[in-house]
Amino acid sequence: MGRKLLLEHIDVPGIQTYDVYRNHGGYRSVEKALKTMSPQEVVEEVQKSALKGRGGAGFPTGMKWSFLAKPEGVPRYLVCNADESEPGTFKDRYLMEKIPHLLIEGMITSSYALGANTSHIYIRGEYMFVLDILEKAIAEAYANGWLGKNILGSGYDLDLYVSPGGGAYICGEETALLESLEGKRGNPRMKPPFPAVKGLFGCPTVVNNVESIAAVVPIINIGAEEYLKIGTEKSSGTKLISASGNLVRPGVYEIELGLSVEEFIYGDEWCRGIANGKKIKACIPGGSSVPILPHNLITKTATGETRYMSYESLSDGGFASGSMLGSGGFIVFDEDQCIVRNTWNFARFYAHESCGQCSPCREGTGWMEKVLYRLEHGQGNMRDIDLLEQINKKIEGNTICPLGDAAAWPVAAAIRHFREEFEWHVTNPQEALTRNYGLKKVAETL
Amino acid sequence: MVKVTIDDVVIEVEPGTTILNAARQAGGDIVPPAMCYYSKLEGSGGKCRTCLVEVAAGSEKDPRPMPKLVASCSTPVMDGMIVKNKTSERVHENRGAVTEFLLINHPLDCPVCDQAGECKLQDLAFEHGSSKTRYEEPRRTHEPIDIGNTIKLNQDRCILCYRCVYVGNQLCDSRVHGVMHRGEHAEISTYIENSIDNDFSGNMIDVCPVGALTDKTFRFKSRVWFLKPMNASCECTKCGGNAVVWMFGNQIYRVTARKDEYGEVQTIDGKTAWICNECRYDKKEVSKWNIEGPMKVDKHSVISQGHYDKPNPLNDSTKNLK
Amino acid sequence: MISTHELQSKKPPFSEESLKEVNRIISQFPEGRHKSALIRILHIAEEEFGGWLSQETMDYVADLLNIQPVEVYEVATFYTMFNLEPTGKFVFEVCRTGPCMLVGSDQIIEHIKNRLGISKVGETSADGIFTLKTSECLGACGYAPMLQCGKVYHEHLTPEKVDQLIEEYRAKYAQLKNQN
Repeated sequence: MGRKLLLEHIDVPGIQTYDVYRNHGGYRSVEKALKTMSPQEVVEEVQKSALKGRGGAGFPTGMKWSFLAKPEGVPRYLVCNADESEPGTFKDRYLMEKIPHLLIEGMITSSYALGANTSHIYIRGEYMFVLDILEKAIAEAYANGWLGKNILGSGYDLDLYVSPGGGAYICGEETALLESLEGKRGNPRMKPPFPAVKGLFGCPTVVNNVESIAAVVPIINIGAEEYLKIGTEKSSGTKLISASGNLVRPGVYEIELGLSVEEFIYGDEWCRGIANGKKIKACIPGGSSVPILPHNLITKTATGETRYMSYESLSDGGFASGSMLGSGGFIVFDEDQCIVRNTWNFARFYAHESCGQCSPCREGTGWMEKVLYRLEHGQGNMRDIDLLEQINKKIEGNTICPLGDAAAWPVAAAIRHFREEFEWHVTNPQEALTRNYGLKKVAETL
Repeated sequence: MVKVTIDDVVIEVEPGTTILNAARQAGGDIVPPAMCYYSKLEGSGGKCRTCLVEVAAGSEKDPRPMPKLVASCSTPVMDGMIVKNKTSERVHENRGAVTEFLLINHPLDCPVCDQAGECKLQDLAFEHGSSKTRYEEPRRTHEPIDIGNTIKLNQDRCILCYRCVYVGNQLCDSRVHGVMHRGEHAEISTYIENSIDNDFSGNMIDVCPVGALTDKTFRFKSRVWFLKPMNASCECTKCGGNAVVWMFGNQIYRVTARKDEYGEVQTIDGKTAWICNECRYDKKEVSKWNIEGPMKVDKHSVISQGHYDKPNPLNDSTKNLK
Repeated sequence: MISTHELQSKKPPFSEESLKEVNRIISQFPEGRHKSALIRILHIAEEEFGGWLSQETMDYVADLLNIQPVEVYEVATFYTMFNLEPTGKFVFEVCRTGPCMLVGSDQIIEHIKNRLGISKVGETSADGIFTLKTSECLGACGYAPMLQCGKVYHEHLTPEKVDQLIEEYRAKYAQLKNQN
């Protein structure tokens, strides 16, 4: 049984409500921080914990905090990124829906550390029902003196608000999120300046993922030293994994980083293997943007070592034979799934979600989608496969924000590991058109 | 002052200067092309990615190279930075790729486009484009629409540089057009076919790097290289009246602002010489202008051919062919 | 901050309740940054004015926030949740992205089309009750296939469950009609 830091009390009836949450040790981190620690000490504790950002990029949270500019007389903001939209990822929603006070507690402790007196949670518009839950919880927190003026008599004031998006994956990119929070189109900003210097309303801002902010609560409660004992040397703590696809028991699990991938997929406590007695064909371990792994590279690395659920082990082998932990969106494909169709599906996603601001992404994602659509529908040729490889190399690294990379990597990895399947679609156009789904493929383009 | 090396040229510039502007201060062929950046429009740049350069050393203090190519228009120089533009194979390759991306949905209708001859995309394609396309899919198409009485919007040609949006924000009292939708469906639009009617709206035509926004009073009247651009001025209280009149014989075919070698409206007496709509559209009589003399035209420009009684090499070579 | 009194003078008016909500949202942002409230207000406007954003509605919102109408159009066309054309009373948005597709979202989409008698995604059933749309990943991958209708997520869908849902919403529609 792995240790649970975030979801320890998830099954307690009524944990959504303030009273039950408080009775199970809720808001202790706020008490500890505001009464016994200086803001700087909280920052240092988080730095010491080596917590890596849980949104996908894995940038150390404490380091991000330490970059925050602190000019006199200018407000600073903490913004929580709850725009969870990466295909295969639904852990933040689970956390906010089931135990909303954990996020609010994390926001208070973190805002105190950063010296922010107003903080915002930006949540994707489709999660409007979660926004209602959060606003209710925030009202409870105000009513019980955890938000507002002079919290716990410490002299520290904090207001916390939730704002919805309107349906745009790109708003998960932190500068696009800030644009959206300012009521504009979600076009990522040019960097520099970084949000730590010029963020929301032109003021210094930290943007953190929901799970990262929630993780601050146990870090303060148990201390960084204890937190470091959990997980592996390079991946401290626990991580929420969203498991989906052809699994017996998909869902959100909190794992100690360093659990073996095999145990996670087949273990009784976790996903319990592949659904319908089938075999595993491939796996995307960190959300749709990370490279896909073929069956022989999932539980073992290319050198035959056991693969673990950790930042370092999942990326073992680089892009040639590894992948990334990313957001922890763990998508499993059974033996009947068509990689070409899936690659096209994700390419369509990225083309649909491109903001259209910079040319390589605007034009390149659409181009890849169209070529993949043809291949998948039996109208491709061998040249198209090479073309795809060339297009994605020219998108990668040339765009304003990481969406270009996120669109390019899955295509590159799918061709790298499943080239034969792409070629099969060219040589067997008729079967390509009808395989897998029993229904004639009439999927829509954009 | 900070010192930066661009393609072996050492330049000293003010701290905070972008790589592109540092290169422009030195001039010559180390200057990266820019399709969206416009120094006179605040907030512009970063979007087209044609100005990507390689940073071989970040600064004196931290001489590590930057892993990705960076947009030179929005990356500030650091002391001791080493930048590679024309000397970088990577830059050349990726600029070619960006050119391809900009062209895949472009109609390539230069023969009927008023911008031909002074089009930045044409120049870019000439330098970095390929003579063949690898794009086999249907191209995006839109019907050209009027946005106001004097401007035609040809969305097919648009590269979404956003310059005209900044003109709307920064030069006009109110903006009625903008970028609608997103991704490859993003387009310049007024959404409800509002007309743009504002004293300085015509400057959108001047800042448009391609033929997406054209002057309806000049559309299909003449190819630009048949016209003689003359610097001219008039007593205009709205804009200052420093313009270029494009003439054929004694007739003025069109009026534009005066532009510098990067295609940007010039700074005259410390002010950007935007021209007002009255000067642009309503003063087509020679009597309304004080014509100062020929505009300086780059010798590589197609507009320079056959002008101002200079010997014309093209004519000479045709003689030889006989 | 814009006062409630000021808001009420703008037409076509939001209900008093919505105006209160709009005012609450505007007050969450610093002076002069009221445009931040735009997206949330558009959600409210869409709900209040028939499930879609007409040009009049958008112009009203622009007027309310004292911004140019084009700023509203730009935003409304950027975000996929906003309907820019009239829809049926209930909009089924089926998630079509990878994880949902792996467990049969394509079949669910086909099934709904057949049941509603429509030929493609985006259409509205002849009775005007349902519009079928697809959407990209809605964050329910572990409970797929799924669809969203209004604020509600319907998960673990099967063709039978979809039939049941359609019946439930039909009944709801009839009830709403009777009330009016």
